[in-house]
Amino acid sequence: MDKQKGRGRFVFFCVAPATILFFIFVVFPTINVFRMSLYKWGGFSANKSFVGLENFKNLMKDAKFFQSFQNTVLIIALVTMVTLIFALTFAGILVRAKMKFKNFFRVIFYIPNILSMVVISAVFSAILDQRNGLLNGILSIFAGKEVSISWLGSQKTVIYSMVIVLIWQAIGYYMVMYMSSMSAIPESLYESADLEGVGPIKQFFTITLPLIWVNIRTTLSFFIISSINMSFLLVQAMTQGNPDGGSEVFLSYMYKQAYTNGSYGYGMAIGVIVFTFSFGLSAVINAVTKRDVIEF
Amino acid sequence: MKSSKTGIILGKTITYIALVLLALSIIVPVGWVFFASVKENSEFYRNPWTLPKGFHYQNFIDAFEKANMQNFFLNSIIVTAIALAFLLVIALPAAYVLSRYKFKGQKFLNVCFMAGIFVNLSYLVVPIFLMLSEADKFLGKTFGIKQLFLNNQVVLSLVYASTSLAFTIFLLSSYFKTLPKDFEEAAYVDGATYFRTMVSIMFPMAKPSILTVILFQFLAYWNEYALALTLMADEKKYTLSVGLLNLMNAQKAAATYGQLYAGLVVVMLPTFILYMLVQKQLTQGMTAGGVKG
Repeated sequence: MDKQKGRGRFVFFCVAPATILFFIFVVFPTINVFRMSLYKWGGFSANKSFVGLENFKNLMKDAKFFQSFQNTVLIIALVTMVTLIFALTFAGILVRAKMKFKNFFRVIFYIPNILSMVVISAVFSAILDQRNGLLNGILSIFAGKEVSISWLGSQKTVIYSMVIVLIWQAIGYYMVMYMSSMSAIPESLYESADLEGVGPIKQFFTITLPLIWVNIRTTLSFFIISSINMSFLLVQAMTQGNPDGGSEVFLSYMYKQAYTNGSYGYGMAIGVIVFTFSFGLSAVINAVTKRDVIEF
Repeated sequence: MKSSKTGIILGKTITYIALVLLALSIIVPVGWVFFASVKENSEFYRNPWTLPKGFHYQNFIDAFEKANMQNFFLNSIIVTAIALAFLLVIALPAAYVLSRYKFKGQKFLNVCFMAGIFVNLSYLVVPIFLMLSEADKFLGKTFGIKQLFLNNQVVLSLVYASTSLAFTIFLLSSYFKTLPKDFEEAAYVDGATYFRTMVSIMFPMAKPSILTVILFQFLAYWNEYALALTLMADEKKYTLSVGLLNLMNAQKAAATYGQLYAGLVVVMLPTFILYMLVQKQLTQGMTAGGVKG
């Protein structure tokens, strides 16, 4: 079949458009992030000046940057741990236990995933609102007096509010993912464990978890990448970094510097750090969680 | 034996309670938005837990007419549709050839696209914006064209499609790889050209994974706003999400709650309808890309 005429031309015309667009809109801007981090440039003016690593040196002195760093790390750690535990537990229960309404729960839990971040932030702004919020409304009923906590307005609570929103948003997605890899495990393994009198909780830890370990490892990288990304979208739509940087995260600070503030080079330096950080963290976690692959 | 039985019942009860609580935490807020969208403005200042007094559909009329939602809605449909069309036309042939033909540079391209999966659109928003604004400046200087790349729905769609190419090609390729070679060989024996074989034999066979791509990317494009917000400064070109975001910020001052919630329902409804229609495909399609454990 290699002899047919025009094979080369066919291959070229199939691959070229995708390759060209990919280079223009993904590869080139990515390279630009790295290159421009070495320049001092406002973005709109013509004068760019090469400053070497000065942007990075300034970053090290930037308290706001460290605040966004801290917030991001906190979000990644909390969201990953809580979501992972909940998603695995619920997936394990829904796949293994003979439960009613199994499918109903799966359908409901996935809903946050189809919602726009704009909708999510509007909903949670309404829930967490200090005066007319649903949450303070419930708390008032239980406390028997007017509760007026400013969930999004205080430095202490805003970041945890965001963590809860992000967990709420992510659980269903990961649960569905774990469910599909769990249901691929052959029933016979559980049957023989049943015969030997191994309880369901022990089965979960000795059969289910080791067999979907590869899948869990993959999702750990997803967690890192998507926490960084989702927290940015949430900040953009819900808090804009308020109060006073209390909810600022990596990419929202980058966007603020590069776009709103007009220090493009400085913003890109943040981008480089975020890039390196997320890749480095993924690599470390990947190495730490490496186990021999168990096949079934 | 007896104690283990009560243990099981207890465990089951606890799990049901946990599952129901989580389900409620999703149903209540989403349902609340639907209820809030038909409340009158004065109702928002009372207890948020009360049900709407009547069906105040005026909110929807206001949202469409006063808050320009009809315009934004149309823009979102246009951008999403064009982006999906771009994506399929560009990604399908590429995925097919990359997965089933051997040629020079194939490995390199596969590695490139694979790496592209890990590049997040959020990093690229500002660089893409500046690239397009520089291109506009250049065109303005040399040809006197006012503005071509920014505030252009087709360009926005093209950027959407381009930035999701890597993932889509990965998803489609892994499906094409599983198809046996016999089909193509038979087609060549019958004298079909490469192009015909691809379009009328291989693409129809990839229908399930094409559907998965359409579903996922529809949601992604329909809900996206960081890029749309940055590239489309012209209010007439806003997509629904950006328009809503504006309304949300305006609402803090103007208190047009009813319109806001009506707008939220408008942006949610299409995704809900789609979800109900293809819920199975969507929750199972996640493994179609070969992320099997």
